Amino acid sequence: MESQLPAEFIVNIDHERCRRCKRCVINCSFSAIEFKDKVTINNRQCVACHRCATFCPESAITITQNPLDYKDGYNWSPEIRKNILKQAESGGIILTGMGNPKPYPIYWDHMLIDACQVTNPSIDPLREPMELRTYLGAKPESLEFEGDINNISLKTELAPQVKLDIPVVFAAMSYGAISLNAHKALAMAAKRMGTLMNTGEGGLHEDLAGYTDRIIVQVASGRFGVTSKYLNNSALVEIKIGQGAKPGIGGHLPGEKVGEDISKTRMIPVGTDALSPAPHHDIYSIEDLSQLIYAIKETTDYKKPVSVKIAAVHNVAAIASGIVRAGADIVMIDGFRGGTGAAPMIIRDHVGIPIELALAAVDDRLRQEGIRNRASILVGGSIRQSADVVKAIALGADACVIGTASLIAMGCRVCQKCYTGNCAWGIATQKPELVRRLNPEVGADRLCNLLTAWGHEIQEVLGSLGINAIESLRGSRERLRGVGLSQETLDILGIKHAGIGQ
Amino acid sequence: MRIDAKGMHYRPMNKMIRDAVASGQKEFELDNIGGQRYIGAGLNENVKITINGTPGNDLGAFMNGPKIIVNANGQDGLANTMNAGEIIVHGNVGDIIGYGMRGGKLYIKGDVGYRVGIHMKEYKKQVPIIIAGGTAGDFFGEYMAGGIMILLGMNGKSPLVGDYVGTGMHGGVMYIRGKVDPYHLGKEVNCLELSEEDTKLISGYLKEYCEYFGFDFNEVMSGKFTKLVPLSLRPYGNMYVY
Repeated sequence: MESQLPAEFIVNIDHERCRRCKRCVINCSFSAIEFKDKVTINNRQCVACHRCATFCPESAITITQNPLDYKDGYNWSPEIRKNILKQAESGGIILTGMGNPKPYPIYWDHMLIDACQVTNPSIDPLREPMELRTYLGAKPESLEFEGDINNISLKTELAPQVKLDIPVVFAAMSYGAISLNAHKALAMAAKRMGTLMNTGEGGLHEDLAGYTDRIIVQVASGRFGVTSKYLNNSALVEIKIGQGAKPGIGGHLPGEKVGEDISKTRMIPVGTDALSPAPHHDIYSIEDLSQLIYAIKETTDYKKPVSVKIAAVHNVAAIASGIVRAGADIVMIDGFRGGTGAAPMIIRDHVGIPIELALAAVDDRLRQEGIRNRASILVGGSIRQSADVVKAIALGADACVIGTASLIAMGCRVCQKCYTGNCAWGIATQKPELVRRLNPEVGADRLCNLLTAWGHEIQEVLGSLGINAIESLRGSRERLRGVGLSQETLDILGIKHAGIGQ
Repeated sequence: MRIDAKGMHYRPMNKMIRDAVASGQKEFELDNIGGQRYIGAGLNENVKITINGTPGNDLGAFMNGPKIIVNANGQDGLANTMNAGEIIVHGNVGDIIGYGMRGGKLYIKGDVGYRVGIHMKEYKKQVPIIIAGGTAGDFFGEYMAGGIMILLGMNGKSPLVGDYVGTGMHGGVMYIRGKVDPYHLGKEVNCLELSEEDTKLISGYLKEYCEYFGFDFNEVMSGKFTKLVPLSLRPYGNMYVY
């Protein structure tokens, strides 16, 4: 059927400036640019990934939204009209990539951080020690010691802990969804910065063997790449139940991205869609979850913390409580704005709850039940900047995970076309000629720079709060105030409105 | 090494086995087993474990090499994500056995429960195989991405297999000894006659299987098998629009 859909973007070439070097033609992986005597454009193919504009030596390329206006209609937005056209032409579920772009409230932007003035001194992080270190894993209820004052030692047996030098961890993104070079960049950066990367559910490529002490290995419903070696060569093991971008549904790596190498790592035929069942079929209850947690603990001889990742949904607090009681050492909560390589738009944009509210509810619940010490809380789902990290930790998180932010650091322009496998920046693709565009060393440098910058910023805020360790901030909601929030929202977040003192 | 597991929790027992394996022990006989979970989980060595009694769930989970013989029934989750090795059960077993199995053999004398061999995988020479001598529950071979499953129905019970056989199947092959009514099949499955190569392939495995359980090989092979393969490598390729 011939498409009635108009082009989304218009590519403008300044032919006066263009020196016909064809760099744009070579760089466009979506077939939007050709050379026929001069650079010619197929606007319909353009996704606004900016690859051509970035590499044009004459800055002769601009990309604009198609100014073709629709008749005004608040109810029938252009996007809704375009989606109906798309579905009328195909009969398909609309697939999309990256996180929820809809204008739902962002509660991070309605929370403000306290600072010291006069009565309590702030600390200068440039000249005084300021600790960002934290540890993931179950903490004991109390500590017992033995020996005498001259020779004292810890009697309590500690659960396995993973040290983070900065409370920001790279999010789960599978080899398959993203390229090997992207995985390498994340692994190198994690090692250098003393943090962790996460394999996602696609298994681990053998080239990353040297980084396994800095890698979270994931066990998802498709069980891709999961072996006893994989579980044991890791920093910790994560059972993936759900993902913020697609709570309650399985993974679906489109066949376009399943080449020879992915086929080998995942053990599925080349060109097939990599299907992860919606539930783990051995987990239909908290007791079943506990069974898998302990299967992993038995397999790793109780040496690795086990994390359980869930999407933030309505009943998240009760579910998290069950997860902790099932024996998990870490609960990872992914908010509804979290990213994805491919998800049905209806799920991504309409299912789940914001991470800010989910985090506050889970931390409250675990405290009320007296089991908060039994698990660390990791949160993700659109952590965009260091301020979000600070606010999340003040709300009760142990650390944050960043997916989209780390991809942007490596060059991603958030064009949301990850599922096509045509990523022009060599990130969300498996095509060798595109993967080559991402130099893992350069990617790692950019990631390290981002984390270094965030680390300094977090230290600045801690200093202004008058505290010298990130762990002193955890759950310190008194240091947050809300602006423009309803009383109910403030109650859920457990914070006061700005203007209210102690 | 012989362990009397009566009243023992799985944790010290499995630890004992792991430690003994690490110090070179090759054979284990576990007596009075009554529901202890995770036996053989994650073991990477080619040891032999004989189990007298009914082991608990997740027997041989993530296992990578050992041979386990169960002289009783098994429970749920046998061979969960197993990579290599053999599990031989002289009885019936429960649900979700061979989930995500990536290699090795799982031979069951009797019936198997629901969702057997869900999302089994293969790559080149690493091909897992499940053979069950009795009948199977619903969702046999769901999401199957590789491997071989053979269902024999030797006990004459009916139906041979439950509903939604091979639903979501996108790799691998199933051989069922007898006729499968079309209404039992998932939408993604194609029914075929056996070729000579198929017969040769299953004969190799079934000879070994019959030796373990004392079935008459010729009687097993005299049945008419149905072969099930995926209709497409991309069963849901047309469901999405970009």
